[in-house]
Amino acid sequence: MMCLATPGRLISRRPADDVGAGPTGIVDFHGSRVEVSLACTPEAEVGDWVLVHSGFAISRLDEADARETWELLRHDERLAEAVPEEFRDGGMDG
Amino acid sequence: MDKRVSMVAEIAALCGGHAEIRLMEVCGTHTVALFRTGVKGLLPENLKLLSGPGCPVCVTSQGFIDAAIDAARLPEVTICTYGDMVRVPGRSGSLAEHRAEGARIVVVYSARDALKFALEHPQTQVIFLAVGFETTTPGTALVVREAAARKVENFTVLASHKLVIPALEALLGDPESALHGFLCPGHVSVIIGAGAYVPIARDHGRPCVIAGFEPEQLLGGALHLVRQVTRGEARVENVYGVVVKEEGNPVARGFVDEVFEPADAVWRAMGTIPGSGLRLRDAYRNFDASARFGIVEGEDYDPPGCRCGDVIQGKLQPPSCALFGKGCTPAQPVGPCMVSSEGTCAAWYKYGRQRTGEAV
Repeated sequence: MMCLATPGRLISRRPADDVGAGPTGIVDFHGSRVEVSLACTPEAEVGDWVLVHSGFAISRLDEADARETWELLRHDERLAEAVPEEFRDGGMDG
Repeated sequence: MDKRVSMVAEIAALCGGHAEIRLMEVCGTHTVALFRTGVKGLLPENLKLLSGPGCPVCVTSQGFIDAAIDAARLPEVTICTYGDMVRVPGRSGSLAEHRAEGARIVVVYSARDALKFALEHPQTQVIFLAVGFETTTPGTALVVREAAARKVENFTVLASHKLVIPALEALLGDPESALHGFLCPGHVSVIIGAGAYVPIARDHGRPCVIAGFEPEQLLGGALHLVRQVTRGEARVENVYGVVVKEEGNPVARGFVDEVFEPADAVWRAMGTIPGSGLRLRDAYRNFDASARFGIVEGEDYDPPGCRCGDVIQGKLQPPSCALFGKGCTPAQPVGPCMVSSEGTCAAWYKYGRQRTGEAV
């Protein structure tokens, strides 16, 4: 899934994770929570929507657009591939 | 009238009576979205949407695939890779087949997971297969930078990153391609910005329209391209402005520039395209797997009968390949375009077989 990015909402952030690569945050993808790097979007604040590609937030998003994109994506079976299996049940915490 | 219906009607009206218009959707995700949303079936007969070199695994040369498999056979090595690479057949089978024979291959979701695996397994040498376009490259750059800062000794990358713009320029230099415009990738453009396409429009006279992946975005992209083509215009338009900015993401590009420098790169069937790839800068050469392990990328070649090279250049639609759906299926792929979920052949196999009669 190397071209597709997925919108999610930033629910927390911290300075660095255990593999560094800059500040990280927990992004909620409709219940599935994944830790992502915020190195490329240092301006992202808790509550913002971000577009996430392969574990890196690549841009901030307008909320309306993020919601619309999400609604379309969640009907797409390929979303299952965009979110890693171990995170799909929302079981990962920070 | 519903906006989408009016867009379909305007596309049909503009194309009516016009000579064939050949547009290329550069991104593999666009290819899939055009099928899945049904947009492909709403376009007039003389408007051709051809898939381009926009699936990272598909444009990767066979020489690199074989080099990755050679790397997987080295003692002490664990390969970390995005899932799409695992089933691409090489000269001696795929990574998946080598894994079945004992090679250590770990599928990761993110470059960060590859570095994490290395930190957690200091007894193994981790080689991350770094493929992908501009969306994926910042992640590789960031983990290499981090590995350097921490002086990690068991992490390297086998890099085959590609840049979109030089490939589009190469395609336009090929008279066989005969393209009138490009539907430009939504998420690559988040990084490179709408401004990156200006040379394609200005110097090559081809309209470029950046679009997202929803039906209205896809139709809007096609409509803006058809308007420009029928009026003889060539500009960059961005119908995905809520996500893609003119300047892209300069922070992400800054990380890439710090770690990588432009280099010539070999693309499947397209040969060496000047300045279309990235290599690690000298300061990060320690993290180059080919240098550390003496891995040599061999020549590119076509697997027997495979026409993925023509498919990624928009010269052949998958159903016109003799292997399509017969010797080559998603379960038993011969070439990468049938393996990757973003591959043109996989998309046609899943969604488009009822249109098998269609030729380019």
